[in-house]
Amino acid sequence: MEIRSMHFVSRVRQRLDDTELQRNLQRTRGRNAAARLASLSSLDDFDAVRARATDIRASVLRDLDVWLERFEAEATRRGATVLWARDGDEACRLVIDIARRHDVKTVVKAKSMVSEEAGLNAALEAAGIRPVETDLGEYILQINDNEPPSHIIMPVIHKSKEQVSELFARVHGTAAKTDIVELTREAREKLRPEFLGAEMGISGGNFLIAETGSVAIVTNEGNGRMCTTMPRVHVALTGIEKVIPTLDDLATLLRILPRSATGQAISNYVSLLTGPKHEGDADGPEHMYFVLVDGGRADLIGGDFEPMLRCIRCGACMNHCPVYQTIGGHSYGWVYPGPMGSVLTPLYQGLEKAKDLPQAATLCNQCGVVCPVSIPLPDLMRKLREKQVDAGLRPWSERLSMRLWAWVAQRPALYARGVRLAVRYLRWLADGRDRIQAMGVAPGWTAERDFPAPAAQSFRDRYAARRRAGR
Amino acid sequence: MSSARDDILGRLRQRIGREPVGTPAARERVGQVIAASRAGPRPSYDGDLAARFIERAKALISTVDACAAPADVPARCASWLTSQGLGRRVVVSPSLAGLDWAASGLDVRIGAAAGDDPVGITGCFRAIAETGTLMLCSGAQSPAVNSLLPETHIAVVPREHIVADMEAAFAVARETLDPWPRAVNFVSGPSRTADIEQTIVLGAHGPYRVHLLIVG
Repeated sequence: MEIRSMHFVSRVRQRLDDTELQRNLQRTRGRNAAARLASLSSLDDFDAVRARATDIRASVLRDLDVWLERFEAEATRRGATVLWARDGDEACRLVIDIARRHDVKTVVKAKSMVSEEAGLNAALEAAGIRPVETDLGEYILQINDNEPPSHIIMPVIHKSKEQVSELFARVHGTAAKTDIVELTREAREKLRPEFLGAEMGISGGNFLIAETGSVAIVTNEGNGRMCTTMPRVHVALTGIEKVIPTLDDLATLLRILPRSATGQAISNYVSLLTGPKHEGDADGPEHMYFVLVDGGRADLIGGDFEPMLRCIRCGACMNHCPVYQTIGGHSYGWVYPGPMGSVLTPLYQGLEKAKDLPQAATLCNQCGVVCPVSIPLPDLMRKLREKQVDAGLRPWSERLSMRLWAWVAQRPALYARGVRLAVRYLRWLADGRDRIQAMGVAPGWTAERDFPAPAAQSFRDRYAARRRAGR
Repeated sequence: MSSARDDILGRLRQRIGREPVGTPAARERVGQVIAASRAGPRPSYDGDLAARFIERAKALISTVDACAAPADVPARCASWLTSQGLGRRVVVSPSLAGLDWAASGLDVRIGAAAGDDPVGITGCFRAIAETGTLMLCSGAQSPAVNSLLPETHIAVVPREHIVADMEAAFAVARETLDPWPRAVNFVSGPSRTADIEQTIVLGAHGPYRVHLLIVG
């Protein structure tokens, strides 16, 4: 997917002014966070499960090369073909090759964020192969002229049922419906023949299990099961970081993934798919492929950002992020929004293309607290900010003022005099109130919030006065 | 040009700082982790697993019925379908072919479901008390489509197949299933979606109803 994160500020401004979007965001705001919290009580010891989940993901990363080899050996032994792609373009080429080899005209797709990274749908279309998204949310986006998702597990959280209704009526040529049950049935009826007719199914993968060489797919709708059961070819497209050791580890992670995502104790369908159909099986694909995509992941191993690879894509960080919930997912400009996206986008797409994302956070650490695999998201954003400074990617005004501040801060007498001057100026602006509504020297700062008025006496002056008084 | 595989694994080894001679030790470590697989922290349940399973299954909007013996299954399925106005046409998984379906008055086909079969009747490998979930393993006797394509899915759950959690079910599977099934599906109630305005709707792509018949 083409990155648009460099236009972050203007995109945010548009979205804050978009009253329909703001209404839609408001409708669901906080709902997943509340559901998550309510669901934790059904685990005797949530913190222990979280610690174990963190440990499972971290331990795999330490030996990722060997875990991948083991996964590959088990998957191959059970009849699957394992292919590797350095980046999204290579992944697209591999998928198109598979499609051509098996004479595929139509592909049904279950949700795969890696395929969004790779821009797979556009590549398939260019190769004359018709991709059909089957997750209800992804389907809505696809028929709306390939709109990008705004949330990793609820792709159309930014839309109202009226907007979906209008879209269905226009694209399907049916009478407009506003009942969500009827809209869902309409999509079911449109997609059922696609499942039965497509020659190939593409899925993502929530986890790759080294013990059995399987991919685990977690869905509620059942489209993941359809895509991996009905067509004669199944391709699982995932990142190389998705490996976990054993089935027992899967059980642990499944206690925490759906709860963190939607507050469910378990998602409706969890499918473990292992190789093609067996002799005598009545159903299942004749060919099964894995395409394991690097796309910038290997470079994070062993460095400051390795913890980010623990991510299990639950969306809890964005569900709890005050910034995400105000500006919506599209503002972030690439596949992954919210705190995890603010870290991943600069790492996978380049710091210079996503300069604003690590800044698009208050570092309140709600995301860090709820992350089921304990990723210190605010720390990682802070590290990205440091890298930006080191690379000279901050605006000249900020760099100049920082240098000026550093110069003054190293001269205590000058600093003290400066503080006294600033206090007097700010208190003059506050004009007796406890806050400043319009800051003369930096009007942008107070455009959308007040600035607190400082105390009459600075800490240094009070401290000095107390010392003099002998207290 | 090196292959993408060698390239990616090579870069990982470099980043991990692995000496080529260190790899056998890492391989052994990985092998040991798999061989000595251990369960993580899990909730414990006092009391009857079946009662817990039924309570959780109902919370997932499955419906639950019970009968004393396998021989009762066909008639119980027939009476439930009649009470719900769901017709008489059913497709039954081969694993249940030994039951006396002829006497039930249902229009029965033994085999794999097609896109227009209204009702699929399956067995189940194990049932998970922790979450009220069915564990279905695909195979010649148990097609995966029977719990997926029909609008109504009836699962026959032998009481002794109810286990505490996924770990317990995996332990049985490791011991008894060879080859490992192509598809292991955990099913927790009817298919659903909440994509539009986070409003839960049943029957997204799979069954609208899941009915559990507990036997024994």
